[in-house]
Amino acid sequence: MSSTPESRVKTAIPAQILPQASDGVQTDLPAVKLKATGINFFYGAFQALFDVSIEFFENRITALIGPSGCGKSTFIRNLNRINETIRGARCEGEILLDGENILGIDVTQLRRRVGMVFQRPNPFPKSIFDNVAYGVKINGLARGKRALEETVEKSLRRAALWDEVKDQLHKSAYALSGGQQQRLCIARALAVDPQVLLLDEPCSALDPIATGKIEDLLFTLKDQCTIVIVTHNMQQAGRVSDYTGFFLLGRLIEFNKTGVIFRTPAQKETEDYITGRFG
Amino acid sequence: MSAPASIGVTERKPDGLFLQRLKGGDPIAHAITWLAAASVLLVTVWLVAQLWMQSTPAIHAFGFGFLWSSEWDPNAEKFGALPFIYGTLVTSALALAISVPLGVGAAIFLSELAQPGLSAVLTFLVELLAAVPSVIFGLLAIFTLVPLVRDVIGPALDKTSGVFPFFAGPSYGVGVLTAGLILAVMTFPFVISISREALLAVPREQREAALALGATKWEATWDAIIPFARLGILGSIFLSLARALGETMAVTMVIGNDPKITPSLLAPGYTIASVIANEFTEATSNLHLASLILLGLVLFLITIIINAGARLLILATTRQGSAT
Repeated sequence: MSSTPESRVKTAIPAQILPQASDGVQTDLPAVKLKATGINFFYGAFQALFDVSIEFFENRITALIGPSGCGKSTFIRNLNRINETIRGARCEGEILLDGENILGIDVTQLRRRVGMVFQRPNPFPKSIFDNVAYGVKINGLARGKRALEETVEKSLRRAALWDEVKDQLHKSAYALSGGQQQRLCIARALAVDPQVLLLDEPCSALDPIATGKIEDLLFTLKDQCTIVIVTHNMQQAGRVSDYTGFFLLGRLIEFNKTGVIFRTPAQKETEDYITGRFG
Repeated sequence: MSAPASIGVTERKPDGLFLQRLKGGDPIAHAITWLAAASVLLVTVWLVAQLWMQSTPAIHAFGFGFLWSSEWDPNAEKFGALPFIYGTLVTSALALAISVPLGVGAAIFLSELAQPGLSAVLTFLVELLAAVPSVIFGLLAIFTLVPLVRDVIGPALDKTSGVFPFFAGPSYGVGVLTAGLILAVMTFPFVISISREALLAVPREQREAALALGATKWEATWDAIIPFARLGILGSIFLSLARALGETMAVTMVIGNDPKITPSLLAPGYTIASVIANEFTEATSNLHLASLILLGLVLFLITIIINAGARLLILATTRQGSAT
């Protein structure tokens, strides 16, 4: 888009957005957990992201919204370098996790620290227990059977699934409902104790009740990790997030506190999208 | 933008409607496909009935003893199936022991690791290999495997016979080991081809789920992709087993055709399919002919038992938590 002014990128993260709780009371500055600068991303010759710069704050929920195909999923898939597994994919720019370039971190370590939940529930064809235990086992995070069981139970509790499955831990994960499967996938991701949790449209395959459960869950999780959620559901972004970024055609158009984005967006495209004029 | 109110074809009724829609076509289609399906049952029943009737003299003469008698002497009219059952099972087991690890390994490489161009070329070759007639493999075995086993593999294995008694004895080149090897070569493309399809059908979310937890590429393949594809991989194994059990031509050409049970894999043996092919035209007595047909019935039962076992295995693993 040649019409995009250079200045837009620079103003994408306004300095004045920080740091107020939603009730307006001044709070401590949240630390920057994850910082992306100048991200360009290509699938072969096709450029999917244009110079995206954004910061994610510790123990906050950031929602990325935008119409389908705007690059928001592509963007978060760079944060744990899972895009590298796609043939022909190429990412330019710099991503820092706690100030450290993620390219300098061993990729398996990076992915343990930056967990991911996918669009469709994708449990392994194993038992509920083994699904949650998998990441713990391969990363060698629990010593002995007892410790493993404790980690699995803790993770299932954090994902608000324990009460529903505690008597059937050795049943197939496929016996669960879609919403339960997605919470199982969240438990699986939490089991390796990630610092950042990326959720790629986690509710798009779920009914409203299951969606509500996952949203409630996010509030309880943000005390322990930094959450980035991609959603095309604006109500969801408004309900769950502290910060919101709006993507359009591979660009980050606007990033601000969620209340500001929804009430007084600075860019016309954001306003058009929020008010449902397109998308 | 609003959609057009009507698309304007609702009321049209062309004259040829009856012919075009073949009114009552559903029951006709039902009947035709039913007949096609019924023919499966018909052929099976007919096959078993024929084998049973034609082998009656042998059943009367030997009863169940046929299964565990190891004497096969057409001149004395004594017939027992054990050496042939043994030869069939051992060559097939040997073949799978070699072709399954190799084939699954190759399938993993083709589906997960190879560059797309290389993968396409190799896949084409694999499918070509699967279509080669078995007599060609037999010739290949006579000209290459037989000398190789006689001069190189056999003597080398014989040296290990202190540890592995099944490699003891002189090697003639023709024998159970050679037959197993050529069967391995013949079943190898089946294992690759079907396993590869199964691996390719695994959704990429499964791989990404494992990778996103910090798995290495190999861990993701071994822990996520292969378990997800295991039904297809098992299917490839059972199809290969079926081919190995029934393979006649190539095995006959290299197994040595000697109805004896020897512990050494280097010694000649015999399989059910081979003995039927070799002796059927020369069988002079009724009892000899009936015994050969009874052997055919035994082979048929072996494949049924193994297939039923396969179903049970699949059922058991599926209940444990599978994708399909």
